[in-house]
Amino acid sequence: MEAKVAAQPVIQMQAPVPKSVETPATEEQHAIKMAARDVCVFYGEKQALFDVSLNIRDRSVTALIGPSGCGKSTFLRCLNRMNDTIEGCRVTGKIELDGVNIYSSRVDPVQLRARVGMVFQKPNPFPKSIYENIAYGPRIHGLASSKADLDEIVVNSLKKAGLFEEVKDRLNESGTGLSGGQQQRLCIARAISVNPEVILMDEPCSALDPIATARIESLMEELKQNYCIVIVTHSMQQAARVSQRTAFFHMGFLVEEGDTTDVFTNPKLERTQDYITGRFG
Amino acid sequence: MDTHEHIVRSYEEELSALNNKIAKMGGLAEQVLGQSIDALEGRDPDLAAATIQQDEAIDALEAEIEEQVIAMIARRQPMAYDLRQIMAALRISTDLERIGDLGKNIAKRALAVVGEQQPKQLMLGLKHMGELALGQLKEVLDAYIERDADRALRVWYTDEDIDAMYNSLFRELLTYMMEDPRNIGLCTHLLFGAKNIERIGDHATNIAETVYFLVHGRPITDQRPKGDTTSSTPVALRSAG
Repeated sequence: MEAKVAAQPVIQMQAPVPKSVETPATEEQHAIKMAARDVCVFYGEKQALFDVSLNIRDRSVTALIGPSGCGKSTFLRCLNRMNDTIEGCRVTGKIELDGVNIYSSRVDPVQLRARVGMVFQKPNPFPKSIYENIAYGPRIHGLASSKADLDEIVVNSLKKAGLFEEVKDRLNESGTGLSGGQQQRLCIARAISVNPEVILMDEPCSALDPIATARIESLMEELKQNYCIVIVTHSMQQAARVSQRTAFFHMGFLVEEGDTTDVFTNPKLERTQDYITGRFG
Repeated sequence: MDTHEHIVRSYEEELSALNNKIAKMGGLAEQVLGQSIDALEGRDPDLAAATIQQDEAIDALEAEIEEQVIAMIARRQPMAYDLRQIMAALRISTDLERIGDLGKNIAKRALAVVGEQQPKQLMLGLKHMGELALGQLKEVLDAYIERDADRALRVWYTDEDIDAMYNSLFRELLTYMMEDPRNIGLCTHLLFGAKNIERIGDHATNIAETVYFLVHGRPITDQRPKGDTTSSTPVALRSAG
């Protein structure tokens, strides 16, 4: 049984260095879009992430899995500096987007969050019309020079999110009047509207029924052709279905990372195997 | 490998039940093989008949195992080691079912030759080959129960010995048939019996491969030494004297 309090012995036994347990990709390797190096996160005195180093590849889906409280959502929030908004939260280490450290003082977090968008567990459309939900971001970022431009952005975003056909005749209706699955796709469209390069998804299907979930998973397959996607999920089956790379977190450490098929059929570490087979005590 | 148990106890129990069914099936297959060799050697029609009956129990177990495997895959979405365990059970049950059929076939041959004069030399050769195959089967089933890949690997390599025996038996039987055509009937049955034993040996190596994969998560990459040359053994035809 592993001690849940003292992290010291665990560091020794399972020093998680992605290089040694990172399995090479069996599919075509895409370029590294984001790279984390020795990232630590503290909430006040409490350390939540311990020296996490991870490469995230472009045009693919990377899944972060692990039990509750393992740090996967904390890590996800580091990728677009959402942790900045949490009082007492401190991040050390380096996270690079296209080779540039996003925590450097030269980087504007607002711009960053347009490039690295986020979709949350509970769909959270603005209390505005469907049109306004999508138009809001591009407008404040100055991405449209005319109403026609803005219209085009809204339509394209809705199309890319697989929602346009369902809402094209009611763009002025409130976004909150849509079903859960539709709202989530609206949120994805909203993220897409500001031309992101990376889309972060924090358990995007947890609040959705199986059919809505399947539609979002299908959407992810399309989106990954053009975007880098990182998804946190509690469902091992979902991670196995949608991702190309999977990273397993436990107690603030990155334990194992590799090709998704390998991680789920023949993981390198027993701890990983215990988690994915439901043997965690 | 599985030092921790599943949180859901019924999952653990189902895997255990699967394991036990394979063990039981294996025991029955060993029995069928052992008895069929004895029946052939001892010209014992009663034993042969009883052995043929036992194959039914083996077939029934295969159907049970297949049903359980499919249900577990649908319900549990097994991953990693669990998935390999469940797939291994399916594959091994198929091999054991074939071994049962082959053993039954040997017993049928025993019934067919019961009235005939049986040359001691040939029968000894057959018996020895049968014992080798039985030994391989026992060993590989132990390897499965123990999850011992090294033991399985040794079985895998040892199949060569059975193949070598089969080659020499094949030649002996040909010679016997050529010496006196009245021997052809008996020798043909014995030849099929020997072939069945050689096939049982091959199935034991299949099981060995499955055990290796179960433990290591990757297949054996070596080339298996294949010693059976009978398919290319020329038959020298001479006019009978």
